Amino acid sequence: MPVQYYIFLSIVLFCIGVMGVLMRRNAIIIFMCVELMLNAVNLLMVAFSKMWADAGRVDAAGAQIFVFFIMVVAAAEVAVGLAIIVMVYRKSQSVDINIMNRLKN
Amino acid sequence: MNALISTALAGVVMMFAGLFIRNKQHIKFVAIAALLIVSVANLAELSTIEGGSRTVLGMVTVSHFSILFNAIAFGATLIYFLLSGSAFEKVGEHVADYFALVFFILSGITLASSFSNLLMLFLAIEIISIPQYILAGSNKRTPKSSEASLKYFLMGSFSTGILLMGITLIYGAAGTFNIEELGLGNGDINPLALCGIILLAFALSFKVSAAPFHFWTPDVYDGSPTVFTSFMATVVKAGSFIAFIRIFHGAFTGTNISAHWQLLLSLVTAATLLIGNFTAVFQQSVKRMLAYSSIAQAGFMLFAVISMNKYATQGIILYAAAYSVATIGVFAVTMKLKDYTFDGFNGLARTQPVLAVTTAIFVCSLAGIPLTAGFFAKYFVLTAAVQQGNLLWLVVLAVLCAAISAYYYFRVIIAMYFKQGEPATKEEITGGFKVMLVITAAIVILLGVFPGLLLNLI
Repeated sequence: MPVQYYIFLSIVLFCIGVMGVLMRRNAIIIFMCVELMLNAVNLLMVAFSKMWADAGRVDAAGAQIFVFFIMVVAAAEVAVGLAIIVMVYRKSQSVDINIMNRLKN
Repeated sequence: MNALISTALAGVVMMFAGLFIRNKQHIKFVAIAALLIVSVANLAELSTIEGGSRTVLGMVTVSHFSILFNAIAFGATLIYFLLSGSAFEKVGEHVADYFALVFFILSGITLASSFSNLLMLFLAIEIISIPQYILAGSNKRTPKSSEASLKYFLMGSFSTGILLMGITLIYGAAGTFNIEELGLGNGDINPLALCGIILLAFALSFKVSAAPFHFWTPDVYDGSPTVFTSFMATVVKAGSFIAFIRIFHGAFTGTNISAHWQLLLSLVTAATLLIGNFTAVFQQSVKRMLAYSSIAQAGFMLFAVISMNKYATQGIILYAAAYSVATIGVFAVTMKLKDYTFDGFNGLARTQPVLAVTTAIFVCSLAGIPLTAGFFAKYFVLTAAVQQGNLLWLVVLAVLCAAISAYYYFRVIIAMYFKQGEPATKEEITGGFKVMLVITAAIVILLGVFPGLLLNLI
């Protein structure tokens, strides 16, 4: 399959993620959309790795290692992020980010 | 490399210190000792570098520039620990963990000053960001702190996603992550690479809080415990700027491509200067004013990113030092007061003359008055832009904005010296704190008279 298909699929997934972050109000769903963005990146990274390997680059596997780093960092972010969301939920019994407008006053 | 390893180790040591040391004040002393060891380890590497730089495994390049920047970051953090270290104890129970997180952020900053691979850029930005989410939410008593943390976390991880997409697209165009081998923009422009660079510029603008990606900054800085705001707005911001400069000056210098991102970033700079300065004028709280002032100062630091020459590198070094030290000083004084509004400073010159004089020096440095470090910092970044040519309109705008900034900075001085009032302090001002403030103010003036002390080291 040509690499263009993967590029289009990844960009569509990435844009769904971006739209979700911008439009949804629930912190958990925003968080899931961020994860969707990261996974779109992972998919694209692996596709590019295959593309450059086919083009004869010997170090193309580096991109696949990069994907593992993204996964690990995403896991670290989940650990911190879910803890923060739980903390906010305990305070306000809600994970709706509209409550954050309180900060402005 | 020494700095990277030793800061990470110091972070682990601090976490264990929390287990074994019960007395909170002793934890602060352990942290200061650890930071001194880290600084010495960093400077010790200077003699081992031959020929300007040394690359480790194609991932990290240690150079004189990176060691000098690390030294500035550690020095500013040392001042921060000495001035505000006791405020850590009032945030919450886990004092040692806060210090550990600060050390982990520092290790991210050392990575940001020495990466030579896009993978390390990503890791540096993340190591800087994730501990900040925790620090922002560390005060569990107020809902404001946890909301600031949630907001920062959602915005930060969103911008990380954008950063990663940018890196991936650049990889698709270039086939390597090594920033010296990218070789973009020398031939025809690859549209993938251009998209990647634009996404990277957006993501890093988020991290350094440049407009129009600044909207999280005032809320997060206002909601976080003041002692951590002071760190996030100074050392961390300078560290993010070093990452910004190193990637754009190191990898995207091809003549065909640099014109594109320079235009984009000069618009970002203009927006940052205008929004930062004009909004700061209307603030009533000094803490919030400093948050907007940090946006405005980011606008000046962006000049060093846009203009690629020797003055830009010198300028960012000087700016990082001048801005960090002065802002840490103002925050340290603000933290001692009960009332964070401008009115809270009324009459400070009569009750606490030392605090008032030093605050006046810090504020003058932020405004860029001659004989303070801030003047030469602004002078160098603007000279860099003039040398670059075709950015004269931006320089004129910056000078006008610096004039506006004098208004809101001098409001603090007017409140302290020309208004009557009884400023209430949270606690007794100790002699040691005053001595530290005077030393910090002396550093600001010393750098303002002899900027060569720092610049000749590059």
